[in-house]
Amino acid sequence: MKTTFKPGRFMILVLLCALIILSGVHAFQNAADREEGIRRGLDIAGGLYVLMEAVETGDQEVDDDAIERAIAVIRNRVDELGVAEPVIAPQGDDRIRIELPDLDDVEQAREIIGRTAMLAFVGPDGEEIVTGAHLERARAERQPERSPYPFVSLEFDSEGTSLFAEATEKYFGEPIAIYLDDEVISEPVVRAVITEGHATIEGNFDYEEASELALLLRSGSLPVELRELESRLVGPTLGQRTEEIAALAAAVGLVLVLLFMIAYYRLAGIIAGMALAFYLSMVLWALNYLPTTLTLPGIAGLILSIGMAVDANVIIFERIKDELRSGRTIRSAMESGFQRAFRAIIDANVTTLIVTVVLFILASGPVRGFAVTLFIGIVCSMFTAIVLTRILMRLAFKSGIIQSGAYVGVKI
Amino acid sequence: MINFIGNRRKAYLLSLILITAGIISLAVFGLNLGIDFTGGTVLQFNLGEEVSMQEIEEALKPYDELEGAAVQIIQGRDLDGEPTDEGLIIRGPIMPEERRDALVNDFRDRFPGMGADDLRVESVGAVIGAELTRQALLSLFVAILAMVAYITFRFEFKFAVATITALLHNIVVVLGIFSILQMEINVPFVAAILTVFGYSVNDTIVIMDRIRENIKHRKKGDYVEVVNQSINQNLMRSINTSLTTLLVLGALLFGFHYFIGSLDLIVFVVALILGVFVGTYSSIFIASPLWLNLQDVNLSLNRHRKAA
Repeated sequence: MKTTFKPGRFMILVLLCALIILSGVHAFQNAADREEGIRRGLDIAGGLYVLMEAVETGDQEVDDDAIERAIAVIRNRVDELGVAEPVIAPQGDDRIRIELPDLDDVEQAREIIGRTAMLAFVGPDGEEIVTGAHLERARAERQPERSPYPFVSLEFDSEGTSLFAEATEKYFGEPIAIYLDDEVISEPVVRAVITEGHATIEGNFDYEEASELALLLRSGSLPVELRELESRLVGPTLGQRTEEIAALAAAVGLVLVLLFMIAYYRLAGIIAGMALAFYLSMVLWALNYLPTTLTLPGIAGLILSIGMAVDANVIIFERIKDELRSGRTIRSAMESGFQRAFRAIIDANVTTLIVTVVLFILASGPVRGFAVTLFIGIVCSMFTAIVLTRILMRLAFKSGIIQSGAYVGVKI
Repeated sequence: MINFIGNRRKAYLLSLILITAGIISLAVFGLNLGIDFTGGTVLQFNLGEEVSMQEIEEALKPYDELEGAAVQIIQGRDLDGEPTDEGLIIRGPIMPEERRDALVNDFRDRFPGMGADDLRVESVGAVIGAELTRQALLSLFVAILAMVAYITFRFEFKFAVATITALLHNIVVVLGIFSILQMEINVPFVAAILTVFGYSVNDTIVIMDRIRENIKHRKKGDYVEVVNQSINQNLMRSINTSLTTLLVLGALLFGFHYFIGSLDLIVFVVALILGVFVGTYSSIFIASPLWLNLQDVNLSLNRHRKAA
């Protein structure tokens, strides 16, 4: 059965392919942008990753509040560094995970995180009045009848109370600086002699600012001790080189795959190439806009899913060839080939998807990132093989450019 | 048509040898576990000048804890193929933060050309490694259960048994080869093993799908013919898919080896390449014949029951 060439259909096909290539190029350029593109893990982007464990010290228990305070201290310090997108988050019950990408001075950052928090009230003459160890409580409060502004109330222990009473008498009317580490976080002026150990810091801050100050004050009052469990520092150029080489190698590999597919499956190979290009732009787009991080293990996941994307096309084309060999016309061979390949593709991919879901639930860290990347890759590859390859093949047939089995690499 | 089933004993024998050798090696030598598993410190510097091993040893002298640590010089190339500065990798036991910082500063004083941007300082506590292993094993176990359930639901229990056996076979073979080669493994290796896991299952299921389909058209009882036919029909797909995956992996292997020269990355790609080979092999030579054997067992059991 010969079909006549239909320029209209053919133009649609060409246009569709052009669109796919364009979207591929666009997605690639977008992803390659290290600033705006895909979020890269520290193994690729470079930066500092530290996992700390909070350890009980004396009477300070490790609870949610202690972890929150410790995080506040670290965040306060990291802010000094001006890191673009720091991650400082609790992990499990007693751990804190710190990720600082794109650091200018990695060593300095490490040093800063490692220090123990030190809160001190210092008089105008530079004399230390009392340290955070004597501060029992600090919290933001609001009392509209007293003041329109929220304020921070402090409470000292007995030793702190007497020290503070002495100091407020001595420095009456003068400012007292409150240092967290080496930074002044507040500098209230003494307005009253405080003998009861209950002080307030007033200022025209809003409630949020007051809470933040209270949190910082609490943080300095001896939070738990932090011990380093894991620390990875990767210089930015080291990771960048790995990424460049991986991207280059993947590109070369893909071109080889494409050449092979075209040599073996002819016109169908070109269509598979289009499907692959679309698959790649879908994956890059997904990685770009979903909250994921690409790591080296993630790249392994992507390679596997490229393999699977090609595989789905190979399954389809081999099926079509089988149907052609058993004497069907090209048209019916294509339809039944797609139909029969469909089940195999679904079952093979769903089993792998199950693995990724299990990993996502049970694993953490890099293995979890791997699972996410692989999941995205498989879903995209299934979609392109089942939907896009089919559309393109049909269009190619209807436009009359697939005339016989020879166009899909069958010699009969 | 190639007679795969007729030759299955040879394949079983080959696998048996591979697995036995692997298990013996795993039992005797174990795996060469890197710091991600055992805990420890890795320092990588670019010294910016040609440095002799003697000078490095000299520089490391004040650090007693690094006595006996592995020191390795690596060299890559830039994209024009010109050799880059030599890099230095030191692998040792866990060092406290201050000691690591001191060492980095020492090296900086001694080798002023040392780059600030292309260094790597990693330290992992032993707890983390134990957690990683536990997590990976638990995940594998649960994933296997989930897959048995899915394959039993979509196909039948015997397919599931054959697929999972082939899968475990692949993992043992790859681990065994890594034990024999004593290549150091870290987190990326875990990802590679999981990838092998996915690839194997994917590859096997496609053949199983063919068998399932061909059973419907079979002549009575002739399972040998069905399995052989299914493998043969699927042969080009098996070859082409592994070939295309290997093309990408081969390019990666070359890139990492030639341009970067870092062993970590090479290990990762080698594991994937081995996995593709073993995965393809086992789908054809292990999983499918195994299903046939299970089928035979079933048939003879049924015969027994009928006779009784």
